[in-house]
Amino acid sequence: MNANNWGQLITPQLSDLNGAHHLSEEAPVIEAIHLHKEFPLRGTGLLGKSLSVHAVEDTSLALRPGQGTALVGESGSGKTTVARVLSGMYAPTSGSIRFKGQTVNIRRWTEVKAYRRQVQLIFQDPFSSLNPVHTVSYHLSRPLRVHGHAHNAREERQQIISLLERVNLTPAAQFIDKYPHQLSGGQRQRVAIARALAVQPSVILADEPVSMLDVSIRLDVLNLLLRLKDEERLGFLFITHDLASARYFAEETVVMYAGQMMEGGPSEEVIQHPLHPYTRLLLSAAPDPDRIGTDLGAKRAETPDAQLATPPTRGEPPSLIHPPQGCRFHLRCPHAMPVCSQRFPERTDAGGGHWTHCFLYGDNNQISKEDE
Amino acid sequence: MTSQTLLEIKSLSVDYEAASGTVHAVNDVSLTLERGHVLGLAGESGSGKSTLAYAITRLLNPPAIITNGEVLYYRRKNADDTAPIDILELSRSDLRAFRWSELAIVFQSAMNALNPVMNLEVQITDVIKAHNPNMGAGARKERALELLRLVGIAPDRLRSFPHELSGGMRQRAIIAIALALSPEIIIMDEPTTALDVVVQRDILSEILDLRNQFGFSIIFITHDLSLLLELADKIAIMYAGRIVEMATREEIYRQPRHPYTRGLLNSFPTLRGPRRRMTGIPGSPPDLRSVPPGCAFHPRCPYAFDACPKIVPALLHIPTGKATPDALVACHLYDPSLNPDGAESVLDSRPDDHREASQPPQVELSASSDAGGEQ
Repeated sequence: MNANNWGQLITPQLSDLNGAHHLSEEAPVIEAIHLHKEFPLRGTGLLGKSLSVHAVEDTSLALRPGQGTALVGESGSGKTTVARVLSGMYAPTSGSIRFKGQTVNIRRWTEVKAYRRQVQLIFQDPFSSLNPVHTVSYHLSRPLRVHGHAHNAREERQQIISLLERVNLTPAAQFIDKYPHQLSGGQRQRVAIARALAVQPSVILADEPVSMLDVSIRLDVLNLLLRLKDEERLGFLFITHDLASARYFAEETVVMYAGQMMEGGPSEEVIQHPLHPYTRLLLSAAPDPDRIGTDLGAKRAETPDAQLATPPTRGEPPSLIHPPQGCRFHLRCPHAMPVCSQRFPERTDAGGGHWTHCFLYGDNNQISKEDE
Repeated sequence: MTSQTLLEIKSLSVDYEAASGTVHAVNDVSLTLERGHVLGLAGESGSGKSTLAYAITRLLNPPAIITNGEVLYYRRKNADDTAPIDILELSRSDLRAFRWSELAIVFQSAMNALNPVMNLEVQITDVIKAHNPNMGAGARKERALELLRLVGIAPDRLRSFPHELSGGMRQRAIIAIALALSPEIIIMDEPTTALDVVVQRDILSEILDLRNQFGFSIIFITHDLSLLLELADKIAIMYAGRIVEMATREEIYRQPRHPYTRGLLNSFPTLRGPRRRMTGIPGSPPDLRSVPPGCAFHPRCPYAFDACPKIVPALLHIPTGKATPDALVACHLYDPSLNPDGAESVLDSRPDDHREASQPPQVELSASSDAGGEQ
C-alpha cells in the first residue's frame, strides 16, 4: 500500500459500527444443536471405567449469513473443539449439525465432502498452516481442482489471481509464485484466507486468526475478514480470547468455560452488561488503558456494577477428564451456591437475545431470589 | 543523571553478522531506568526489544556483536561517591557475580526456562547455592519456601516438576527464581504472553505487589502496548532497532506523538466507547536486512514528507507544548527547521485520532467503501 493514499483510505473506513450491529433474523446456514464431544483416553480409571476428556458439553450455535459469532474463552475452554466439530473434522459424540435446515450425517463421506465445501477453517498459525515446499499458487489451486471450480489451467490462474486480489495481495502476479518463507506473517494469513475462499464456502470458521500476527497488522487482517462478512455475506465463527476484538468483529458473542456455554447474546449487551460471573472475571482481567493512573492491584475492586463486583478469583480451569459436577465454574466462582455443584443451570433469557446459564439469574426461566 | 538512576544505557548498538550482510538489530539506543520504576519497552517482532534486553545482560552470542555503547549500573550503597559499573566491561567472574544478584531476567517461555528433570526445590536453591555458598541446606530450603509463598505457589509444590505445574504456576516459579537473591533490576521479556488473560492479570498484579514490597526496578518487554499503559511508569516505543518515542504512560496514551505510536494505539479494539472501523497501520514491519533509509517508518507513515526518506530523525525533546521534560520523540514533524508549521497542524489535519470525540461520518458497513483489492 502506498503511504500517500493512507489519509484518503481512512475517511471512508471511519464508519460507525453501532447501527450495523444487531442480530440478524435470517435463517441460519449452520446450526449446531446440543453438541457434545468427548475424546476417549487410553487406559482406564477406577473399576475399569473408561476415561475421556469431556471437551464440549451441550453447545448450540447458529451461524447466519453476514453475521459474526464470536466464541470467547480461555485455553482449554473447548472453543477450538467446537470449530473442529463444526468443520466436520471431528464427529460429535452426540448432537447434530444442520446445514440450511438439513441434518448432516458426518459419518457419510459424500455428505461430509458436500458439507466441507460450504465450511472452511482458518487456523491461528499461518507459519504452520501452509506447506513450506509449495508455492502460493499450488496452495490455492488444490481446493479449486478438488472441488471442481476450475476446469483448465487458464481458468485456474484467473481464479487464483482474483482470489489474491480479494485478500488484498496485490499485485497478484508478484505473490503467485512465492513460497511461504518469502512472505510475512500477515501475507501468509491472507494466503490461508484465500485458500479458504477458493472453496467458495458460505461459512468461515476462524480460529484465533490474528493472535499470531504482529500488532500493527492484526487490524488489517481483521478488517479484511470484516469485509468478507459484510460485503460477501459470509457467516463467521470467530474464535478469540480477547473480548475487545469480539466486540469489534462480531454481532454475537458466546462465552465458554471448560466446555460449557456460560453466556451469550448481542456482543454489545454481553460486554457492557455482563451477567455471568465468569464473563465479569474475563472483562475485569482484560487490559483497559482507561484505568490508567489507578494502581493495578487496587483495580480489582472497581467493576462496572458494584452489586456483583468480582473479587480476585485465583485458580485455573478444571481438569476436563474429571470435570467438576454441575457448573464447572463453581470452584472459582465468588457467588457459588450449593446447587451450583449439583447440576448445570438451565438457560435464562435476559431479553433482547441475551442469555446465561447461571443460578444467580434463575433456572429454566424461573427468576430466583438471588437475582436482585 | 540523578541519584535515582539505577541503570543508564548510552548509545547502545548491536549488530548481527549475517552472510547476507550486517543487520543492525539495535541502533544507538539510550535509556535510563530509575529506582523502583517499571520501564516498558514496546515493539513488534524484529524491533530489537529482546536483543536490547540480552545486550544489557550480556547474554548475546555471536553472530550478535555489541558494536557500541555503555550500560552503566549505579550500585545502591555508593551511588553518589563511586563511579558506576559498565556491565559491558565486567570480567567473566565479576559478570557471574553480578548476574542474578543484581540483575535477573524472566524469559517468555517458562517451559523452556525451567529444567524439566529437576524439581522446583533444586532449581530455586541452585541459584542460592551458586551465589551464597555459605548458606546451609536448611536455610536454602527455608528461602525457597518463602519465595514460593511470595509468588503465590502452595508450599507443597516445592517438590513438583515443571510438567506437574500449569503455565501460570511455571511462570510464577520463574519469577520466584528471579527474586531469589533480591536483585535490583528484573528484566521481563514477554513474561505473560503465552498465558490466558485472567492468569496474566493475576501475575501482573503480583509483580507490582512484589515491586512495591522490595523496591526493585523492572524493564518490561512486550508487544502489547495496552498492557504497558496500565503497568509501566515510562514507556519506550521501538521500531526497527531504534527508540522512536519515550514518555510517561499518560502521555503515550493521551498524547502520542510519533505517527507509529498513534497507529499502534489505533490498532487495539476497545471494550468501551463508540464502535467504529479502525485502521491500524498499513504495510508490514521492515525487514531488518534492508531497513528503509532515513526514518525507517516513512513508507508506512501517512504524514511522511520529503525530509523523512533522507535524514534519520534523532530522539529529541519536544520543543513546544505541555510535554514533560523527559518526553522524547524521533520524528521530523517535531523539528522546527524541517517542519516550520509544527507537528500539531499536520497531525490534526488527518482524522485518525483514536480518541476523537466528534462523530465520524456515517457510512453503511455494507457499502463498498473498503480500500483496494476489489475484483
